[in-house]
Amino acid sequence: MIEHLAALQVVIPLLCAPICMLVRYRDWAWIVALFGSWACLVISWLLLQQVIVGDPISYHMGNWAPPLGIEYRVDTVNAFVLLIVSAIGAVVTPYARESVRAEFGVNRVYLFYTSYMLCLCGLLGVTITGDAFNLFVFLEISSLSSYVLIAMGKDRRALTASYQYLVLGTIGATFIVIGIGLLYAETGTLNMEDLAKRLADQPLSRTVGAAFGFLVVGISLKLALFPLHLWLPNAYTYAPSVVSAFLAATATKVAVYVLLRFLFSIFNVKLSFGVMPLDTILLVLSVIAMFAASAVAIFQPDIKRMLAYSSVAQIGYMVLGISFANVNGIAAGIIHLFNHALMKGGMFLALGCVFYQIASVRLDDMAGLGKRMPWTMAAFVVGGLSLIGVPLTVGFVSKWYLVVGALDRGWWFAALLILLSSLLAVVYIWRVVEVAYLKPAPENAGDIEDAPPSMLIPTWILIGASVFFGINTDLTVGVAKQAAMQLLGAGG
Amino acid sequence: MIEFPPGLLLIVGAILVPLLPHVVRNAYMLALPVIGFWGLLVLPEGIHFGFDLFGYTLAPVRVDGLSLIFGYIFHIAAAISIIFAFHMKDSVQQMAGLIYAGSAIGGAFAGDLITLFVYWEGTAIASVFLIWANKSEHAYKTGMRYLIIQVGSGVLLLAGAILQFKASGSLDFAKMELSGPGPVLIFIAFGIKAAFPLLHNWLQDSYPEATVTGTVFLSAFTTKLAIYALARGFPGTEMLIWIGATMAAFPIFYALIENDLRRVLAYSLNNQLGYMVVAVGVGTEMALNGAAAHAVSHVLYKALLFMSMGAVLYRTGTAKASELGGLYKSMPYTTGFCMVGAASISAFPLFSGFISKSIIIAAVAEQGHWVAWIVLLFAAAGVLLYSGIKVPYFAFFNQDSGQRPQEAPLNMLIAMGITAFLCIAIGIYPAPLLAALPFPEDFQAYTTSHVITHLQLLLFSALVFTYLVKKGYYPPQLKAINLDFDWTYRRLIPNVIRSLGNVFVPADRQIRSAFLNRVEKFIAGVFRHHGPEGLLARTWPTGSTVLWVAVLLSLYMLFYFI
Repeated sequence: MIEHLAALQVVIPLLCAPICMLVRYRDWAWIVALFGSWACLVISWLLLQQVIVGDPISYHMGNWAPPLGIEYRVDTVNAFVLLIVSAIGAVVTPYARESVRAEFGVNRVYLFYTSYMLCLCGLLGVTITGDAFNLFVFLEISSLSSYVLIAMGKDRRALTASYQYLVLGTIGATFIVIGIGLLYAETGTLNMEDLAKRLADQPLSRTVGAAFGFLVVGISLKLALFPLHLWLPNAYTYAPSVVSAFLAATATKVAVYVLLRFLFSIFNVKLSFGVMPLDTILLVLSVIAMFAASAVAIFQPDIKRMLAYSSVAQIGYMVLGISFANVNGIAAGIIHLFNHALMKGGMFLALGCVFYQIASVRLDDMAGLGKRMPWTMAAFVVGGLSLIGVPLTVGFVSKWYLVVGALDRGWWFAALLILLSSLLAVVYIWRVVEVAYLKPAPENAGDIEDAPPSMLIPTWILIGASVFFGINTDLTVGVAKQAAMQLLGAGG
Repeated sequence: MIEFPPGLLLIVGAILVPLLPHVVRNAYMLALPVIGFWGLLVLPEGIHFGFDLFGYTLAPVRVDGLSLIFGYIFHIAAAISIIFAFHMKDSVQQMAGLIYAGSAIGGAFAGDLITLFVYWEGTAIASVFLIWANKSEHAYKTGMRYLIIQVGSGVLLLAGAILQFKASGSLDFAKMELSGPGPVLIFIAFGIKAAFPLLHNWLQDSYPEATVTGTVFLSAFTTKLAIYALARGFPGTEMLIWIGATMAAFPIFYALIENDLRRVLAYSLNNQLGYMVVAVGVGTEMALNGAAAHAVSHVLYKALLFMSMGAVLYRTGTAKASELGGLYKSMPYTTGFCMVGAASISAFPLFSGFISKSIIIAAVAEQGHWVAWIVLLFAAAGVLLYSGIKVPYFAFFNQDSGQRPQEAPLNMLIAMGITAFLCIAIGIYPAPLLAALPFPEDFQAYTTSHVITHLQLLLFSALVFTYLVKKGYYPPQLKAINLDFDWTYRRLIPNVIRSLGNVFVPADRQIRSAFLNRVEKFIAGVFRHHGPEGLLARTWPTGSTVLWVAVLLSLYMLFYFI
């Protein structure tokens, strides 16, 4: 059993999906999904424990030896990302029960759980696989199921948002598969480790350069790096609350992981940052993302959309960390990946609670909500503090390591920009606080209670974790540093 | 014996405030600073509660003479402010006040830069609620400006702390040399909070906008925490002498022509800070003692003056000089307390200001900084003019405005009474204050030289007065004013100063409005591009992203092939 954990990580949600489809009844489907997501969490925890102390795990699918067979390969980097994805999944599923019932038509609930499990399976698969083409396959599984999830939103604009995401996501996927194809043409292998070895051995060719360009652009589209972020705000705004929370906390994070994997493990630092001036390009794009997207967030009347733009800005921080190409910078990127999943997931869940009660997430409708839904809004505010980077929250830890990474690299101005852009987050979070706490509730507002516990508890688990890991950084910083060193070491 | 970090008690205690009924709440709130004060008395010197936070050793509590005296006075100020606010039922203000005081106390005991930063931002965020509690549109905007500046100061402090850590490998909050980017950023952060000239506008802008009770809180903590931080981090930095001297001198021009009496007090706050900054700049043991002593007496008399103006505002609804007058008939106690505060700030012998100002002036003279010494003396005369005379005169005497408000509420009178008592007690019997100073001090305030210095000051004023009378420049309407000769300053020097002011004030205003225009234009520009319908927020057609994809791809290719 224990030696098959790597396979089970992907197989369990994959099997749960059709079962959800077959049982049809909404509560049973939910129980199946609950089982699937919690099992994934346990497995990813066990995997992480194994790779922290020991060597990377290499699992051969169907006992076909790599490089011909498909290999699942777990090292500290992806074990950590697996844990993030499955933990978010495990927290979101209990929340989904009430929220989905309220936001979906009764007879479509089981379809939600089916595509949700498929999406989870795809994301975990992208993360765990050691085979470049397999990665593309799982990427498509997760993308296709997320198009479905987004289109399930009640708002009819969800359809166009999903369609746009579909078009752009397909372009991104095509670029990735072209890149992988070029690599295959050049080296004759698809196994990541093998690819890395062969690329290091042979002189640089034009094919490899083109593959690099296609891959980086394709992945940038998937992770919504400015200016390729267009699909993200609409998709997150019009998707159902649960879906926004889940995708915001996992999908872009997995894309960041893929970027890390390609830049450092498959290509190497020499190629990525020596031959190509990738550090400069990523630096410029991520800094623009940090400022432009935050500034857009400041003026958004729709809070969900505001958080979506804030996500674009936060992705900027992660990519900025990667662009430093040193241990602290990459560790900061990975730490922020984890931290942002916690806080943004928690904030989207809190917004879901708001939507559940007042059926709106527009700023104007949230007047006086601090008194009417104290627990929900408190969660939102704590998450917001973390987004700003107030000490004792995870946001502070991320920013700290980002600044340290920038200074290690000798980029003073980048450190300064990081701190300056935090001020923008103060402004957009403050707008919500001001309306929710300082403005009186409208006269005609009916009596509402706070959201039900089954939604509040998951929200607070994520928000509580975002405070806990802001104080106790052993897990995040320790693992992230180890992962960063592994990535840099692998690239030479 | 249970030990707890100073300040944290107030912060944690504030959480309970909204849960308690009003009757118990006041007693509970007053108990917090009292217990906290007692906690300080039993706290041994040294570093406490040290712990490691992701690899950096922090020292959240560092107790020594310098932090103790600020800790004492902050607790006393908190207790007085709470008594003054007894009649108020707004739990937001009560919580904000407690957290604000607790943060300032915590900041005074911070042993490392990160802890200092946390408390530094704590004071900023908590205090802004005291301004917003006024609930007017104007107060809201003022509060926002205040918050941005204060938080900005904290961000600079954090940036400086990181750089300092990079450079020296230590986060200790100790004496720094003003070289390298880290200490410079920290210095600017301190300077903003201490309202250095050109960084000072937030103070006059915001303090008069706070609530009646809020201003009393505000006047005590923020700037004095900054003085403490300067005394800890940059004692003996010569630049501070010049900065402080400027601070002591320039607000006088503004204060003389200002109509809002609370704003007058805000200007004089700035001028008094100048004394402390000069003392820190001199940096000898005696000078630092002077800075600490002046901080103590300053907190007291400034709170007293703000309380008396607050009481007037509370009863009449205005603190504008032009609308007040003759209140001494109906508010006799408040008048008396205000005069005590005015006498203290003007450093009349037998009042607290005399003791502390004398230490500073003597310390400055001892080190031979004569220019600064003269400026401080000149400023002392100025203080007499606008704080010592103007505030009580316009509020309580002057022409009768016809207002007959009630005397201030009992709790306000008690708070003012306690403070007035302390002001006089320090003036008459300074030994306990001197004993609490960070360095051993056997300063004698009532020596011939000090008294003579002050007499010289008065004589100088008299000389000016006589000269002007002889020359016939003296305004005839003075007869109508039943005040002492000091009042002549208000008629004569203002004429000189007004002509100066006519140049300075419009220039200053123009610079400020030009700056504000820039800011507004900038925000409008940002809105144009980033607003909901702006270029960057619109949903572009899918094709445009595809175009970007193409652009980026060709960019990569280009970089690769060239």
